[in-house]
Order: sequence, then C-alpha cells, then structure tokens
Amino acid sequence: MEHGPFHQFIIQRYVPIQIGGVDASYTNASLWMTIVLLAIMALMVLSVRGGALVPSRMQSMAEMAYEFIANMVRDNAGQEGMKYFPFVLSLFLFILFCNLLGLIPYSFTPTSQIVVTLAMALVVFIGVTIIGFARHGLHFLSFFVPQGVPVLLLPLLVPIEIFSYVFRPISLSVRLFANMLAGHTTLVIFAGFVVSLGVLGGWLPLTFIGALYCLEVLIAFLQAYVFTILTCLYLNDALHLHH
Amino acid sequence: MDPAAAKLIGAGLATISLAGVGVGIGQIFGSFVQGALRNPAAAPRVFGNVLLGFALTEAVALYALVIAFLILFVF
Repeated sequence: MEHGPFHQFIIQRYVPIQIGGVDASYTNASLWMTIVLLAIMALMVLSVRGGALVPSRMQSMAEMAYEFIANMVRDNAGQEGMKYFPFVLSLFLFILFCNLLGLIPYSFTPTSQIVVTLAMALVVFIGVTIIGFARHGLHFLSFFVPQGVPVLLLPLLVPIEIFSYVFRPISLSVRLFANMLAGHTTLVIFAGFVVSLGVLGGWLPLTFIGALYCLEVLIAFLQAYVFTILTCLYLNDALHLHH
Repeated sequence: MDPAAAKLIGAGLATISLAGVGVGIGQIFGSFVQGALRNPAAAPRVFGNVLLGFALTEAVALYALVIAFLILFVF
C-alpha cells in the first residue's frame, strides 16, 4: 500500500482536533481545500482589482469564468435562476480548482473523497428541494406525477419518478468522485509500468501517461461543467414545474 | 471455490459493463459526426451537449470501476 495506486488518497491528520467525540482534524484534504480557496480568491479578487477596460490575461480569465457560468444559468434555469448564480459560480470554481490543482504531482485531490462530493451534492439536493417547496408549496409534489400519462400507469410511474429524484445526489456525487479516483489511479498504474519496464521499454507507457494527462485535464474541466450544469437543470425543475 | 479467486472473477465480470459504455460513446460521437456533416452550421451549437453526453456515459463506466474496486478491496 505504501507506493500502491491508492496511497495518494490516504487522509493524513496534520493538526488533530477533537470536538465532542467528532474528529475535526486539520488534514491534507483540508489543507488542499484551503489552497483551492486562496487560489480562487487570488484569481477573482486580485485580477479585477485594477478593473481595466481592456482586460489583462488574468482579468479576462476571471471574466470568462463569470460569463460562462452566467450564460449557463440563464440558458438552463431562466432569469429567475440568476438569483442563485453566486452559488453556482462558487460551486463551479471550487470543483474546477480542486480537480486542476489535484493534477499537480504529489498534491491531494479533495474531490477524490466521496465525503466531499456527497456533501456538495446533498447541499444542491436539499437546497433545490427547499426552493421547490418554498416556491410552489405542496403543489411541488405534482413534479412526481408525469403529465399526459394514462391514470392506470400512475401507480407504476410515480414511485419510479420519486426513486430517480432521490437517487440524484448519489449519481451526482459518485460521478465526480469516481472520475477523479479512476483518473488518478490509472496514472499511478501506468507510472508503475514505466518503473517495471525500465529504461528500454519504459518509453511506451511514459508517452501514454502524457496522453492520459491531457485527457485528465479535459476531464477535470468536464466534470466541473457537468456538476454545475446538472445543478442548473435541477434548479430549473424546482423553479418551473413541467417545462 | 477459493474466495480470493472468486473475488478476482467477480471484479473481472464487473468490467463487462464497459461493452455498453463503448456502444454508448460510439453512438454519441457517431451521431454527432453524422449530424455535423448534414448541417455543419449547427455543429458548434450542439458540441456542448455532445460533451455532456460523453461525460454522463463515461460516468457509467466508472460506476462499474467503483464496483470492481469494492469487490477487490472492501470484501
């Protein structure tokens, strides 16, 4: 296990903290989440401080991220969804930076822990459900009744709808977690091939690692995109029933 | 049967689901290329949906991977 493919996912306690029997230690996951937050703040605060009309490279990156998410929320959840835009932008930037900074060798990926992704998915799920009930009252329950279906089929379809709704946070969190886990494990396994094949044969897996790394950068972005766009779609379901 | 052997066989069987994922990803990009050749002007607009579909399909493969890991390392 010391140098196995799963060694990189082991949580190490840096500052042990116990609060009433709950282990709230400052771990390597907490450390990297702090670094991610500082990096996001550096990008968003420092780059727009000057506020130039012709943006610098850093400023245009921050503006591109802002416009990208603003368009996504407006296209998928409508103008009412813009109320929740700050949350969606924070979610996107946090996941994107966790994924990208996790690709640095010897770093730690917080999104490769199911606890982290499940917590984020549950925030989205519970929040969206509360928004739905607050906006439509008990009428929100009609979301589970598909329209234009024979009444005879309803006893079959309503449990399926409820099940697929409850399953949302699990699929949302496992998708992100499994992508990160699989990508990082594959990289380490191929790195092991390089060592075991030696100087003569090791070049082939080494080039493959290069290609895989490019794919991982794409996937890091893609999974952040998928997580946020699904959040927008769930928000749209809660804001506008049956559209 | 030796439990260790059964574990390895189970993890191997879990990867069969990759067949379905292969079909799915091929279908997504095949349909995209077909549609893009018929109407090249509309191609950039649907590329985001193509990537979304790709990521969702790929996630199914990773569920299988998680199950294989669970069989190998948890039980």
